Amino acid sequence: MSSGLMSYVWEGLGNTLLLTVFGALLGLVFAFIAGLARSSERKWVRGIAMVYTEVFRGFPSLVLLFALIFIVPTFGYQLNPLFAGILALALNIGAYAAEVVRGAVKAVPPGQIEAAIALNFTPLQRLRKVILPQAVVAMIPPFTNNLIELLKATSLVSLVYISDLTFSAQLIRASTGETALVFFGLLVGYGVIALFFTAIMKLLERMAARALGRTVPSGFFGRKEVAA
Amino acid sequence: MNFEWSGVWDAMPTMLDGLLVALAATGIGYVIALILGLVFAFLRRSGNRWVSMPVGFLVEFIRSTPLLVQLFFFFYVLPLIGISASPLATGAFALGLHYATYTSEVYRSGIDGVPPGQWEAATALNLSTRRTWTNVILPQAIPRVVPALGNYVIAMFKDTPQLLAITVVEMLGGAIAIGSETFRYSEPIAAAGLVYLVVALLMAWVARIVERRYGQVRV
Repeated sequence: MSSGLMSYVWEGLGNTLLLTVFGALLGLVFAFIAGLARSSERKWVRGIAMVYTEVFRGFPSLVLLFALIFIVPTFGYQLNPLFAGILALALNIGAYAAEVVRGAVKAVPPGQIEAAIALNFTPLQRLRKVILPQAVVAMIPPFTNNLIELLKATSLVSLVYISDLTFSAQLIRASTGETALVFFGLLVGYGVIALFFTAIMKLLERMAARALGRTVPSGFFGRKEVAA
Repeated sequence: MNFEWSGVWDAMPTMLDGLLVALAATGIGYVIALILGLVFAFLRRSGNRWVSMPVGFLVEFIRSTPLLVQLFFFFYVLPLIGISASPLATGAFALGLHYATYTSEVYRSGIDGVPPGQWEAATALNLSTRRTWTNVILPQAIPRVVPALGNYVIAMFKDTPQLLAITVVEMLGGAIAIGSETFRYSEPIAAAGLVYLVVALLMAWVARIVERRYGQVRV
């Protein structure tokens, strides 16, 4: 492959990683806000969080992406395409991850929370020092699945002409005619990136568990399906 | 340019045509996913490493790569090896294959959830392998996994807009077709979004009812 085509690959790879990483970070923010709001004492806070998770889990991310690109401009804002991509992916994955946050927080034994109350912790201290450190360990394995789903969903931005890995593969296919080879290589490329992210998450899980004095079974590449 | 609700309404007939296509793709794909998923789950449990390992690798590989790329792959590569299928059939197959890797994990967890005593009892009663599966293990494993399997119908339905990349005109594809004629994209896309949301929420509601009725193991 000529160096001109290689530059497409690097640009595509860069944008795919950018979309995945920033989509994940923004999605994490949405997930924590919505997930923690689901266990709020106030009914309207729970209600808003529920509407967010239900609506964005019921909405195909591709439709959301098209809506951000085509509908938002009619109200007078023009989003940067890459930002629209990140936002659409983050809104979508955030709704799924919010359920993970909610489940993990609920799974912290009630005795822990009672103990924190008995020790006169403020609600914020309770959350920061008792609930989250335990909940986060439980969140990481399902978050790994969310992250891989996000990585896969980044390929959708190629349909709105953002030059990610899939888009650059289309360009290379068009200029070389090597259809089977290009798409197979693209699949392998995504597989390798997924392995890379899985390994990073495994590392994070170990660090979080070690902070609690627990250990996690070794092995870097295993990924477990967590019931949807 | 303003957003006009009448445009949303005008797009509805096209959306209903698209909905039928999307439901057809979901339905065919789901049947493929249910059957192929069970096959994957069996093969991964095989005692022969030369079977279980490659199948496990294939399942992981399909599960970690984008459906969109798999759609392109099948759409462009199948004709090269002499298989010509309509875009809808190709799309439904790719969708089914993709989700078979998810359902195989669901089946696996259902099978693993059957208490070991059941296997031992089947052995003690001298049941054949086939009878053990069809009369003892699967009747207990399947009801457990009905809720999780139901969720994948909804997930598959929400992935059908990706079929527009291989020229299948479902709802989003229909919306874009309207947009390219009228130069107004917002309203038809909003219509597509509304229908997707309503149908997905309806499906979730039905899934919950099915889960409540059939989700328990009957002894």
